[in-house]
Amino acid sequence: MRKTIKLQDLGCANCAAKMERVIAKLDGVVDVKINFMTQKMTLEAPDEKFEDILEAAEKAARKIEPDVAFLR
Amino acid sequence: MSKQEKRLRKRILIAAAFFLLLLPIHQRDGLYSLLGIHALQSPIWDYLELPLFLIPYGIIGWDILWRAVRNISHGQVFDENFLMSVATVGAFFLGEYAEGVAVMLFYQVGELFQSYAVSKSRRSIAELMDIRPDYANIMGEDGLMQVDPEEVAVGDTIVVRPGERIPLDGVVIEGHSTLDTSALTGESVPRDVGVGQDVISGCINQTGVLTIKVSKEFGQSTVAKVLELVENAYDKKSKSENFITRFARYYTPGVVLAAVALSVVPPLITAQPFSLWIGRALTFLVISCPCALVISVPLSFFGGIGGASKCGVLVKGSNYLELLSKTETVVFDKTGTLTKGNFVVSEIHAAEMDQQQLLELAAYAESYSSHPIAVSIQTAYGKAVDPARIQEIEEVAGHGVRAQIDHQKVLVGNAKLMELEKIPYPDIISTGTAVYLAVDGAYAGHIVIEDQIKVDAHHAIQELKEIGVRQTVMLTGDSDAVGQKVAAQLKLDKAYTQLLPADKVERLEALIAGKNKNNVLVYVGDGINDAPVLARADVGIAMGGLGSDAAIEAADVVIMTDEPSKIATVIKISKKTVGIVWQNIVFALGVKAVVLILGAFGYANMWWAVFADVGVSVIAILNAIRALNVSEFLPPSSGCDSQLESAYLPSN
Repeated sequence: MRKTIKLQDLGCANCAAKMERVIAKLDGVVDVKINFMTQKMTLEAPDEKFEDILEAAEKAARKIEPDVAFLR
Repeated sequence: MSKQEKRLRKRILIAAAFFLLLLPIHQRDGLYSLLGIHALQSPIWDYLELPLFLIPYGIIGWDILWRAVRNISHGQVFDENFLMSVATVGAFFLGEYAEGVAVMLFYQVGELFQSYAVSKSRRSIAELMDIRPDYANIMGEDGLMQVDPEEVAVGDTIVVRPGERIPLDGVVIEGHSTLDTSALTGESVPRDVGVGQDVISGCINQTGVLTIKVSKEFGQSTVAKVLELVENAYDKKSKSENFITRFARYYTPGVVLAAVALSVVPPLITAQPFSLWIGRALTFLVISCPCALVISVPLSFFGGIGGASKCGVLVKGSNYLELLSKTETVVFDKTGTLTKGNFVVSEIHAAEMDQQQLLELAAYAESYSSHPIAVSIQTAYGKAVDPARIQEIEEVAGHGVRAQIDHQKVLVGNAKLMELEKIPYPDIISTGTAVYLAVDGAYAGHIVIEDQIKVDAHHAIQELKEIGVRQTVMLTGDSDAVGQKVAAQLKLDKAYTQLLPADKVERLEALIAGKNKNNVLVYVGDGINDAPVLARADVGIAMGGLGSDAAIEAADVVIMTDEPSKIATVIKISKKTVGIVWQNIVFALGVKAVVLILGAFGYANMWWAVFADVGVSVIAILNAIRALNVSEFLPPSSGCDSQLESAYLPSN
């Protein structure tokens, strides 16, 4: 499944790049793109694990920028 | 400005006011020698200076310090909050209170500016792409109802009033009007529509009420496709963007390590005081933030892609916009790209009778056919056909028509028809398609039908040459005579003719193999039957995207109109965008490198470092925003009216 999620309060471009790198390494993630300009993340992961992976991705993103929120 | 931005602005203003009030205390020795006020020498200031400076520092920097602490607990060491905190706290420890506050203050000014600039360009792109219709007026049982365009089904009837946006693609079944297509095509001249014509969602209805039968649901309509395409374009990152994020990954730790080394090694070797070298190391930390660079690259491409869509060109990714700047060869398909794809009578040669008479006979004989050639003859004749004069018409497949008109036996068709009927005819060397006529068994003349070259094709090729495209090539399935003539007229460098679709791919591959590896080959087609060639080229451009799904799907870049001159436009936008990106990279890295070196030798202080960080950010962002401005590439009719007017004014 491929889904685009809006990221709220994504403050800096370098943090977006860092998040992308960290999330890409998460177990099960097929592809992830974080776009600072559009404040969106496109995440591709297997359907059955998608919600868990999204959860883990949000946790990872929060470690880099604690204010960021995934709008689902 | 957003709420957060406003709050930050307030904090900056308050902190700056405090800072300015406290500056005299910081500079009191200097002021004393200048003004001689004894109060300035009171020892009380020595005790008060630190707590007083901590006030603006706290106001402006508390969130940075808090985030630094929080992020360290998450294991994020090299983030900018941490770096700024260390640099400013370090400055306080060295007794440089004013510098500590100033660095934090300017850092926040930079943050505010960056946030403002980014959201502003986001908004202007959003405005540019504000083609999403809010509602559709659907014909219900009790009159018109406003509904969400997504709820409208294929076959429903919708009404669009003047001033409204057409919500879904469809066919006009009642009314006529003019449409403003500029949001999709960048074309300012309105388009006339009437009953039976296709209309495209996203256009604005200007003059009359239109009743439209919907032919596509919203998700499949032009508006939805264009929006989706533009939104996703930013996910395909350019090489320079990837380069800069990779660079940023090593830059910050590298500079931090250098700062650590700088604070420890030289004092141990030279026995100079640690405080001196720690001070220099702190300037390093201020410069080590890569954010300006990291944001300016995608911001430029964001602007470039947005600007291109304003000109009616959709670029499907930053990578394609970047590649276009290195265009070396442009390969064109002929029909529909350089030529209009509609056939027009160009020559009439009558053997004995009058030319008009010959055309009349041909038009009568072809009056029942809908073949493009027949249509072009009917159009050229331009008068109604009197069916009473036609006794009989018989089509001979692949040859032409046998007819009985005014009780004469008329033959209209190609050379094969003449041979079939054993009629001697002259050998014609022509660049178009020849249609022969015979009356009562004798050759009567011929009509030449040709495709027309698009009005702006000459200009398009010329402009490509001007902007440094080395080679222009045409591929066509058409005959050699036709192809070479078009190529010569347009001054193309090469033309390959009589190609089957598979030959086109092969030819393209040969051209790719023959070009400089670092440069780019662009193929331009109509996207309808040349998808494999479009896919094989470095960048595939499809023309006439408005209303053609095939073109939108197949290509990397879609030109919404039929104008080949837009190819040069998008290459120019690409060159400008890539130029801005490299200016920023070279400028930002250059300034940072110089200040790092000067800082290491003690020639640059904190103030320099603040410029190398915040100043460079601001300049790079301002420069990146230029990419969005494409007014210079728009057709003169839109936005350049003032220039035209002034051209008519007498010069004094």
